Amino acid sequence: MRVFNSPLLFMEKNNCFHCGLVIEDKIIFDKKEFCCNGCKTVYEIFSLNDLTCYYDFEKSPGATPQDISGKYDFLDNESIVAKLLEFQEDSTAIISLSIPHIHCSSCIWILENLQKLQKGINTSQVNFPEKKVRINYNPDVVSLKSIVHLLSSIGYEPYISLENYETGKSSIDRSLTYKLGVAFFCFGNIMLLSFPEYFEVKEYWLDNYRPFFRWLIFALSLPSFLYSASGYYVSAIKSIKSKMLNIDIPIALGIVVMFVRSTFDIVMDYGSGFFDSLTGLIFFMLLGKMFQIKTYSFLSFERDFKSYFPIAITKINADTTEESIPVYEIEKGDRLLIRNQELIPVDGILISDKAEIDYSFVTGEAVPITKKSGDKVFAGGKQIGKVIEMEVLHSVSQSYLTQLWSNDVFQKRVEQKHKTITDSISRYFTPILLLIAFAGFGYWIFFDANTAFNVFTAVLIVACPCALALTAPFTMGNMLRIFGNKHFYLKNALVIEQLAKVDTVVFDKTGTITTNAKSNISYESFPDPSKGGELNTVLTERNLTLIKSVLRGSNHPLSRMLYDFLPETKRLKLDSFEEITGKGIQAVVDGVSVQMGSYEFIVQDLFSAVQSPSPLGRVGEGTSVHVKIGDEYFGKYIFNNQYREGLSELFTKLSSQFELKVLSGDNEGERSLLESILPKGTEMVFNQKPEQKLEFIKSLQEQGKNVMMVGDGLNDAGALAQSNVGVSISENVNVFSPACDAILDAKEFKRLHYFLTLSKKSITTIKMSFTLSLLYNVVGLSFAITGNLLPLVAAIIMPLSTITIVSFVTVMSNYYSRKIK
Amino acid sequence: MSCFLRSDEFTFVYLILRSVMSVIYLLIAISIFVAICFFIAFVFAVKSGQYDDDYTPSVRMLFDDELIKSSQKKSEN
Repeated sequence: MRVFNSPLLFMEKNNCFHCGLVIEDKIIFDKKEFCCNGCKTVYEIFSLNDLTCYYDFEKSPGATPQDISGKYDFLDNESIVAKLLEFQEDSTAIISLSIPHIHCSSCIWILENLQKLQKGINTSQVNFPEKKVRINYNPDVVSLKSIVHLLSSIGYEPYISLENYETGKSSIDRSLTYKLGVAFFCFGNIMLLSFPEYFEVKEYWLDNYRPFFRWLIFALSLPSFLYSASGYYVSAIKSIKSKMLNIDIPIALGIVVMFVRSTFDIVMDYGSGFFDSLTGLIFFMLLGKMFQIKTYSFLSFERDFKSYFPIAITKINADTTEESIPVYEIEKGDRLLIRNQELIPVDGILISDKAEIDYSFVTGEAVPITKKSGDKVFAGGKQIGKVIEMEVLHSVSQSYLTQLWSNDVFQKRVEQKHKTITDSISRYFTPILLLIAFAGFGYWIFFDANTAFNVFTAVLIVACPCALALTAPFTMGNMLRIFGNKHFYLKNALVIEQLAKVDTVVFDKTGTITTNAKSNISYESFPDPSKGGELNTVLTERNLTLIKSVLRGSNHPLSRMLYDFLPETKRLKLDSFEEITGKGIQAVVDGVSVQMGSYEFIVQDLFSAVQSPSPLGRVGEGTSVHVKIGDEYFGKYIFNNQYREGLSELFTKLSSQFELKVLSGDNEGERSLLESILPKGTEMVFNQKPEQKLEFIKSLQEQGKNVMMVGDGLNDAGALAQSNVGVSISENVNVFSPACDAILDAKEFKRLHYFLTLSKKSITTIKMSFTLSLLYNVVGLSFAITGNLLPLVAAIIMPLSTITIVSFVTVMSNYYSRKIK
Repeated sequence: MSCFLRSDEFTFVYLILRSVMSVIYLLIAISIFVAICFFIAFVFAVKSGQYDDDYTPSVRMLFDDELIKSSQKKSEN
């Protein structure tokens, strides 16, 4: 509704100066408008410290600070803090905090000026792509807890989860950058020194000093040959050992032969050798490797339950004192205290009277579940509302949710599972190449042993599948970027090949093909007019105003959704307000009592009083909120699952090429509705537990299917890991998604077909480019086999083929990305 | 070559050629040395983590002016 009520002009005028949200209740401070006291306070903090140019870089860059009282008490525990720190010595400590809100230059600026806000902070540095800030501070002056509180108070609450535990120090692998630098250094210098040879200048003094040039070139090629190319030798040896012919074998062979032959040439003074081509080839191939690595540092594809779980939890000791203990130290029988919005880390039994637990992390279902004292609560749920107490039944590793991760699929790494298209081509390429080389050798040996040797090496040199090896990295690298621009983020280039092979697509229901963001809400008045009731209960504007005013005070997800759904009204002051956990809201507005909530809360009392059977029946099929104003029952708001936009079209498009299946953890309630929306032949399986989903995917794979799983919640984690391609749908890519191969922005869900087609086309591009590079090889081989391969020819053919291949694949992949609808 | 030249001329040409060659040695030595210097600089740059984050510095470098502006604002008030 917000969208309708706020056309652009309107927004310009009435946006919060700090956070940019539409202002409903204006607070004016320093001639600026704010939407709430939180935002105003942040502004005050900044203006007091001369940091208001925070607002100059970007318009309304801030976030409203959240209430965090008690949330970070565990940071008082020194042993927990020590595990989080990256570095610690007497008066210096370094911590890296991940802050999801980092999104613009204002954020960088304010976070790098933290020392102006808090004494004891020495420096702070933002890593924007990773959304992290690295703070160097003096622990004698300021504690980590106060730093975290400071960050939260200015709207940059860090995200600290179990994942950060004991992983403070991380080493970055920069070897590829070094190798590339070395390769470029050698390549550049050798090219310069080779010029006299290219022009074959027959000058006395150049002739005389030829050996000097040649040995210098030889020396320069050594670092490139020995260090930069080392990855290819290792990979080639590994692949021979595992008896799989991958592309690195002919590459390594080509490089080694080239080096030996060139060294031999200059020792015997036959010629200048192929050092220029050799180093050029190594450089270009490393460049391709670099290009293929497009990482989205702010996303994580490896998340498991650890990134959802808190580090510490409040334990109630026998003497009723409270203590923060690390989650791993929770033992059976402990009593835990769970605050509002805190995650329950272990399975247990509820001790408190009532609790509302939001399992959306686990099931994707947005509506919280009410639990009573003595009920079992499972790990992964989030407490909403009051503080609750629970008794632990299982430790973290034995809890229901975490046990999913002990499944084998989470142990093995995906990379080794698949064979790439390049590798499958090189399975034929390598033997054929060797065959030609030996054939040439065998033919020439009858004429001249020397030429035979030359031909043999020349074949291996010229056929070195440089262009072949470059094709896939450049196509995939380019595709990764194209996908990324369209908000489909892939873990690595291999995923594209996997996408192209997919023949079965399995969708999760809740949260994947339905959206949690906005439920489809409808109002049903009472008595129902269609059943002959009077129409006197259609909500009047006055009643809407009452309802909306009451909803404002509630944080229950249903209240928030309903609040957003109802039209803008003026606000009335609440005389009294009470939220009854598991039941609903009771409030007095403007002298009128308003009750909203569950069936039991509103309807049952009403009808049990008059001793008549309830005309509405038990509400089981949908989630609803009943409304009573004054003494009159006004009916209910029904929350239906909202299917994603374009779902039907997407499934129709997909159904022509793929086998489609829908897997749901829910009951069969919506089967008939789904059947009417989705094309015929879409298999639907309901009541699936996380392990069953995994088994379902496994059984499909055993039938020889290449399965793509599209899911969202942690309950899909097993299926996502088991599938050939696991795609996680995320409403907000900066927030969290289970481990997967790709993350798709929920807004782009309807383009799934486009992405699949485009992956197929990129494989086509690769195949076309393979043909092209094989043509080059044929030309080069014809030189080689006739014994005419001069260093100059090699030096021309190699870069030329590289450039044509690289530009060909770039042009083709861009063309396809535009052409396909 | 020498048959066309008198012996003193030959000595002269020979000396020039010799000096040209040693110049070449020198130049190449210098060029390689400079290249190695750049290469070492590159290695140090990578080691210090300059290549890990290639976006934030580009934003950060624009900030210094803004800080001055903020203090000016203060003095105006």
